[in-house]
Order: sequence, then C-alpha cells, then structure tokens
Amino acid sequence: MKNNLINRRDFVKAAGAASLVGTGIFASGCATIGGAAKPKVVVVGGGFGGATAAKYIAMWSERGIDVTLVERGDAFVSCPMSNLVVGGSSTLDKISVAYGGLDKYGIRRVKGEAVGFDATAKTLSLADGTKLPYDRLILSPGIDFMYETLPGLATGEAKNRVLSAWKAGPETVALRNQLTAMKEGGVYAIHIPKAPYRCPPGPYERACQVAWYFQQAKPKSKVLILDANEDVVSKKGLFMKAWNGQYKGIIEYRNNQEIQDVDARTLSLKMSFGEDVKADVLNVLPPMRAGNIAAMNGLNNSNRRWCQVDWLTYESTAVPGVHILGDSLQIAPAMPKSGHMANQHGKVCAAAVIALLTGQTVNQTPMVANTCYSFIDDKNVVHVASVHRYDAAQKTMVTVQGAGGLSADANALEGVYANSWAKNIWADMLA
Amino acid sequence: MKSQYLLAAYAALGSSFALAQTVPAPATVDKNLGRNLAAQCANCHGSNGKSVAEVASLAGVPANVTIQKMKDYRDGKLPATIMHQLAKGYTDEQVALIAQYLEKQPK
Repeated sequence: MKNNLINRRDFVKAAGAASLVGTGIFASGCATIGGAAKPKVVVVGGGFGGATAAKYIAMWSERGIDVTLVERGDAFVSCPMSNLVVGGSSTLDKISVAYGGLDKYGIRRVKGEAVGFDATAKTLSLADGTKLPYDRLILSPGIDFMYETLPGLATGEAKNRVLSAWKAGPETVALRNQLTAMKEGGVYAIHIPKAPYRCPPGPYERACQVAWYFQQAKPKSKVLILDANEDVVSKKGLFMKAWNGQYKGIIEYRNNQEIQDVDARTLSLKMSFGEDVKADVLNVLPPMRAGNIAAMNGLNNSNRRWCQVDWLTYESTAVPGVHILGDSLQIAPAMPKSGHMANQHGKVCAAAVIALLTGQTVNQTPMVANTCYSFIDDKNVVHVASVHRYDAAQKTMVTVQGAGGLSADANALEGVYANSWAKNIWADMLA
Repeated sequence: MKSQYLLAAYAALGSSFALAQTVPAPATVDKNLGRNLAAQCANCHGSNGKSVAEVASLAGVPANVTIQKMKDYRDGKLPATIMHQLAKGYTDEQVALIAQYLEKQPK
C-alpha cells in the first residue's frame, strides 16, 4: 500500500508535468493529490473493450489517471457463452458479472447513456444532461443494428417477435423461451447478414446449440441457416462436420440468402431471390454498424458504418482525443469482431493513453491475439486463433504468418478450456 | 515476411543482441514492452498471469520454464490444443520479455 502511494505520487508528478503543456487540465478543478491534477479518462461502454481499458489504465497508472466508466447496464452480460443459454445448457445468471469488482481500482462508475461529446470543450454528454470532462475519451459501444434496411422490423412489437438476441441480455432469454414454446416438428430459422458482423462464428454456433436442444427435446424439429454470405464465414470445415454428422437431418445450410425484408406477423423472410421462407421461430441478425455514440457523432468514417483508428493508439482518424475499441472498428485484415479482440484492443489503447497523458513514447510494436471458442454441443468445442502485429509500412495490423489455426476436431478438453477462458477474460475485465 | 519482422523487431528494440538471453533489458528498450506483450496472455491465463480457472497460471513461473515451454509448443514437442498455434506468433525476444514479466508477478 505504501509502495503504491509512492508510485502514485511519482506517477502523478510525471503525469502533471506532461499534461501541463497544452491541455490546461488544471483549470478543470478535478481531484488532486499533492496539488497536481490527475489527467482524466472517460470510458463509454463496460463490455470487453471498455471495461478492460478502464481497468488497465487504472491498474497500470497505479491510479495516476482519473478513470470514469459510463455504462447503461446494471451488470455485464457476456455475448460469448450466450448461445449456451439459447441452447439451454447455461443460464443468463452464469454469464453475467457485476461491475463492483472495478471499484478497487478507484474507477468511478457512472450509470447512464452517453449520447454525444464536444471534442473542443472535451466533455462527454449523457442522456440525463450530465457533462463529464475528459482529457482522453474512449468509446467501446459495440454494434447497433441497421433496422432501416428492414422496414418490417420498424416497430417494437415486430422486434419482439423476430429477435436478434445478438446483444446478450433479456433477448437471449426471450429467444430461449420462443424455442421452448415452439411445437415439436417446427422450424427455427436464423438469418445471417453479409460480413462484417459481430462474432463471425456466432450464428453457426447458435444453430448448433438450437439443434442440440431439438435433439434432446423436439427431435422432429429443424434448424434452417439462411446465410447472406457466399459461404460459411468462419470455421467452415468444423461446423460442416457437425451439420453433416451429429446434426444430420436437423440442420440445413443455405448460402447466398439475401433478404429484402422481414414479415414479423407471418414470421417469414422476403428473399431477394425465390419464394418467401416461413419459420416457427425466426431469428434475424440485422446488418450491423458501429454503436450509436460513434455512428451518430461522425466517427464512422468507413462507409458510414465503421470507425477507422490509428492502430498504435486506437485514436479515431476522424476526431482527435477520442479513442474507439472493439466491434465498432473498421477491422484490420483478418481481424474478427470478437470480445477477445476487443479486450486486446483495450490493453493496447490503455498503454497508449497512459503514454500520451504522461509524455512517454507510445509503443510502436503493438501485438494482439485472438482466440475464439465455439460450442458444437454442451461440451465439445472448436477454436480459431490468430496473432496480429502492427505493420509500420502499411500502418495496420496484419496476421503473423504461420501462427494461429483451427482445432483438428471438436473435443471436450477445449470445452473445459472454453469455460476457463470465459472465467479468466471476465475477471481480466471486471475483477 | 518473418525475417522482415525480425529485423523490424530488432530495430525497435534498439539493439540486435540485447534480448537474445534472459538478461534484463537495456535502458533503450521500452520498459513496458514485456508488460504490454504479456497482457495478451491474460485473456486465458488471467490478469498478470494469475488464472482464476482451470487453465494454468503463469505468474511467478521462472522465465526459463516459460521460454522452454513456448519453444516446445512452437516446435511441436509439447502436445497442445491451441498453444502450438499461438506460440508461432512470437519471436524469441518477445517470448523472453513476456516470460520475464510474468516471472515477477505475484502467484
């Protein structure tokens, strides 16, 4: 504890000296130690990217930086592992983690909805009118859906009938309830939008989980995967093996299935080509884009959908002083939109933001790795892994050649590792 | 590709020989590089290498043990589900920095 205090004082001294030049943060009247103001970082979004960035900035700076985390939810609910809730082998409670674990790092938690920011005044605005001053703002808002492309899902009633359940929470349970209420011999259909979308293997894992449930409870029922993509986007060989093996006769996969709209009343899809497809439980993943706070404030400078960043700092290329993490990013080549990846973004960004606020040199050789486990049933799991390094010439992240790969086959040992992964990454963000 | 990267890594480290052995990094090296690199392991092995689940902790493990394991994973001498694929993503110098950082973390 004493050590911490000394480190903290040294750090604050360095931080104060560095920030004195240019930012004028002493005028903002924030908390002080020994007379020096701490630089302020505000993080929006307590998911894999944001919670990790908040924790690591507080931990690595030894509280030398004042960190505020803005989150609208009461607890973190994990998208990874949520397909197990849909399949019935897990519960929402088991994939939820409280935010209180972050308190020991001195992180100030604010419950609220961030709606905008003033990049000149350096303040973040919340829906209730609160303004939070920052020296660096970090946004990790995940994805939001492009419902404007599907007029049939415009109303709340339609959205409740045709769920996405692609943000873990009440919809995850609601989809589970639709499946348990479905008649034996019914059809569950999932529509997958064109890539990029959050969690490339996620829809295929979900199809496996629903098929696993049908096998136990409703063996005459079917799973129909309608994929707008030309082919299975991730882990193709491993998923196909399951669909042609243990789920043969239950799962049917169709590629190139673009839709024009959804009819929520009849639970049918209006296909771009061919006849409408009707289901008993219809699960549509609408096309996705950067989360609202990023998309509504001019940070979505890639096709007006995703946000471009400097991969050394994760600072927006559109607005200085604002950093963006996770699924909202215009991805680098072969970099998936995954929770694991967002967690890794959070740490590179944390190191860079500390360096920027304390006058240190930003790491010029950042690396990130991805590991993504998918459950084929309740126990057997497959993975895909990759390692990415910064390429200074291309100014982007590229995969390290020869590294990464897939499981040889679905196996129970990786089921144990997948559950272990979840516990460790949740703790890495929130404990 | 790989040799280009090695060259880049050496250049970034400021010395072509400094990290070949498990000796402390010279002052010219970014003192946080090991910490930053090791943070990649935390997703599966826990924050600062301290696992809270079935996967092994790396905190407090002697650096030479971690270095040897990563070599054996990379060379296919140790059976693995995933580490043989991830180990190929890092240079010997990076593995040494990671191992040295994790060795110093409390168990």
